[in-house]
Amino acid sequence: MEKRVVFQSRWLPFALVAPQLAITLVFFFWPASQALYWSMLIQDAFAAKTQFVWFDNFRDLFNDPHYLASFKVTAVFSVLVTVTGLAIALLFAVLADRVIRASKLYQMLLIWPYAVAAAVAAVLWVFLLNPTLGILTHVMRGLGYDWNYLLNPGQALALIVIAAVWKQISYNFLFFLAGLQSIPRSLIEAAAIDGAGPARRFWTVVFPLLSPTTFFLLVVNVVYAFFDTFAIVDAATSGGPVQATSILVFKVYQDGVQALDLGGSAAQSVVLMAIVIALTVVQFRFIERKVQY
Amino acid sequence: MAQRTKRIASIAVAIALAAAAGAAQAVTEIQWWHSMTGKLNDKVNEIADKFNASQKDYKVTPVYKGQYDESMTAAIAAYRAGNPPQIVQVFEVGTATMMAAKGAVKPVYQLMAEEHEKFDPKSFVPAVSGYYSDSQGHLISMPFNSSTQVLYVNDDAFRKAGLDPNNPPKTWPEVEKAAEKLKASGAPCAFTTGWQAWVQLESFSAWHNVPFATQQNGFGGPGTKLEFNGPVQVKHIQALGDWAKKGLFTYKGRKDEPLAAFTSGECAMITTSSGSYANIKANAKFAWRVATLPYYADVKGAPQNTIIGGATLWVLNQKNKDMYKGIGKFFTFLSSPEVQEDWHASTGYVPITLAAYDLAKQKGLYTERPGFDIAIKELSNKPPTANSKGVRLGNFVQIRNIVDEELEAVWSGQKSAKQALDAAVSRGNEQLERFAKANQ
Repeated sequence: MEKRVVFQSRWLPFALVAPQLAITLVFFFWPASQALYWSMLIQDAFAAKTQFVWFDNFRDLFNDPHYLASFKVTAVFSVLVTVTGLAIALLFAVLADRVIRASKLYQMLLIWPYAVAAAVAAVLWVFLLNPTLGILTHVMRGLGYDWNYLLNPGQALALIVIAAVWKQISYNFLFFLAGLQSIPRSLIEAAAIDGAGPARRFWTVVFPLLSPTTFFLLVVNVVYAFFDTFAIVDAATSGGPVQATSILVFKVYQDGVQALDLGGSAAQSVVLMAIVIALTVVQFRFIERKVQY
Repeated sequence: MAQRTKRIASIAVAIALAAAAGAAQAVTEIQWWHSMTGKLNDKVNEIADKFNASQKDYKVTPVYKGQYDESMTAAIAAYRAGNPPQIVQVFEVGTATMMAAKGAVKPVYQLMAEEHEKFDPKSFVPAVSGYYSDSQGHLISMPFNSSTQVLYVNDDAFRKAGLDPNNPPKTWPEVEKAAEKLKASGAPCAFTTGWQAWVQLESFSAWHNVPFATQQNGFGGPGTKLEFNGPVQVKHIQALGDWAKKGLFTYKGRKDEPLAAFTSGECAMITTSSGSYANIKANAKFAWRVATLPYYADVKGAPQNTIIGGATLWVLNQKNKDMYKGIGKFFTFLSSPEVQEDWHASTGYVPITLAAYDLAKQKGLYTERPGFDIAIKELSNKPPTANSKGVRLGNFVQIRNIVDEELEAVWSGQKSAKQALDAAVSRGNEQLERFAKANQ
C-alpha cells in the first residue's frame, strides 16, 4: 500500500519545485549546453574570431595519442581510488562496529579527514612525500628505497591515489558504519549459532545486506575519482611527470584555463560528461540488479 | 518644533555628507590586476600609494588576481563579460595571445601618444623593448618586471669540495668538473635548474645564437615552426641527461620549486631567474654569489645575449576614454628613473630603462652588491641577433608544458635527448598550427 501526497491546487506543486528546477537549469543545464556549443567552435582567447567547425575538435582529440593515454591513466586511477577507498573504509567500519569503549571517539577521529579540503590534503601529502624535505621520504631512503615522484611516473600516481583515498575513506566509513549498524543482530547471532565463523558470517550475511550501501558508494566514488580529484592533481603533480598523472578532468583545466584552448577543452569536457553518464547508467542497469534491498 | 528642526537638520547633514562622499568618488579608479606575491606585492602597493598621493584625479588600485596564467584568464573572462580591468600584468609567455587580440588591447605607444605623455622606446633597455615591440618597433605593452637567467653558487659548498668560489664555472664543461668534485665531497645535490624550459632551452638557444624557431623565433610573423632540436641544443640536453644518470644533476621540478633546494643548502649550484636574488638573500644561511650563465666555448658566437622573462603591463580597451589619461600619467610615473631604480633594488628584476640603470650605478648599488648587475650585463652583452631578440609563439603555455614533459622523459631515462626534442618540436608545431587557425 503506497502513501501518496496529492495536491489540491494545480500550480502549488510546480511553484514548490521551481526553485530547485531553476538552480538545476542555471548551474547544470546551461553550462553543459554552453560546453556542447563551444566544443564545436574554434575561437581565440578573446572571442574576437570564432569559427564553427562541427566535430573537428573531437576528431583532433581522438587523434592525439596523449589524450588517449590520459584515458588509460584515468581508468587506472579511478579503479585504484574506488577499490582501495571502499576496501579500507569497510575494514575500518567493521572494526569500529565491534568496539564498545570510546566508540564515538574512534568514529569522530576517522571522520575528520573528510573536513579537509582536497587541495589541502594534497599539499599535506606533498610535504610528507617531498623528495627533498619529506619525513616519509627520509624513512624510505633509510630503508634503501629511492623516492622521487618528480621523475618516477608510478610513484607520482601512488602519491595522488594516496591523497585521494585518504580523504574519501572518511566518507565511505560513515556510510558503511551506518549500514552495518542497521543490520539486525539477530541474523548474525543466528548464523553464529548455526556454526558459521566470523569470515563466513561476514561474507554470507553481512556483506549482501550491505549491498545497497556498497552500490551507492560505488557510484559516488567513481564520480569522485573522475571529478573531485582535480584539486589533488593540480596541487601535487600538475599532471606530471611526462603526463603520468594527467587525468581527464585535469587535462580539461590545463587546456582550457592555462592554455586558453577553449574549443578543445570544451570538447574534452563533453567527452568526460558522456563517460560518466554512461558509467552511471551501466551501474544502475546492471549492478543494481544484484543489490538486495 | 525643536524636534522637527532637529530632524530637518540631521537630514540636511546626511545629504551634505552623501554629497561630499559622492564628490570624493569623482576620482577615477584604475584597476591594476597583477600576480606579484610576498615582498613584491608590498612593493606594488607602495608604488600605487605613491602615485595616488602625488595627484588627486586618479586612483590606481592594485588587485592580486592569482598566478600569471590565472590572472590572464581572469582578465580575458572579464573582457568577455564586458567589464575588463584597465591594466593587467601578463607574463612574457602570453605576449603572442595579447598581441593577436587587436580589438581588445589598447597599444601602449598609441595611448601615450594620444595623451601627450613622453614615451621614447629607445629609453628602454634594448633587450626589453625588443621583446615587446611589433614589427615597426612600437611598444605594445609597458615593460615592468623583467628578469633573466643567472647561476647562483654556494660558496661554502665550493670551499668544502676544494673549489675556489671566486672562480665560479664559466662554461658547461667547467660546471661538470665542479659538480664531480662537489659530489665527491659528499654534497647531496651538485647542480639543479629552475624553469628548465626557459633556462636550458629558450635562453640557452639565444645565449649560443642558435634559432629556437623559424621567422626570428616567431617575431617575423605567422607560419612559425619550432627549431630547438638543433645539434647544439641536443648536445646540451643529452649532456644534462648523462649528468642526471651520474647523479651530478638532480631534477627538482619544472618551475620555481628547485629554488628551495638551493636556499636550504642541499644543491650547490642552480641556474634560475635573477629575480630569485631577494628570496636567496632573505633565506640562505651560507655564503653565496651570483655568476654569469654558463655556455659552451666551442660554439661560434657564444655567449651572445640572454632573453628576458617576467611580465609587462597591458591596457585593455575601455569604454570610458577618461581612463586613458590616468593610465598615461601612471605609466610615466612608473617608468621614472627613481621608481624603476627602487623597484630594481628591492626585487632583483633588471632595471628597465637606461636612466634607471645609470641611477643605480651612480648610487653605488653594484659595488654594494657584487653580482647584482650580472643580469643586466648578460642582457646587453651584444646587440641582439635574429636568434636572440626573444621568443614569441602562440599557445606558448602549452608549448612550455610539452617541453617540460619531454625533458622529464630525458631526466628519467625514458628517452634520449634527440627523441625528446624531436617529439617536443612536432607536438609544439601542432600547437602553433592550432593557434594560427584560431587567429586567422
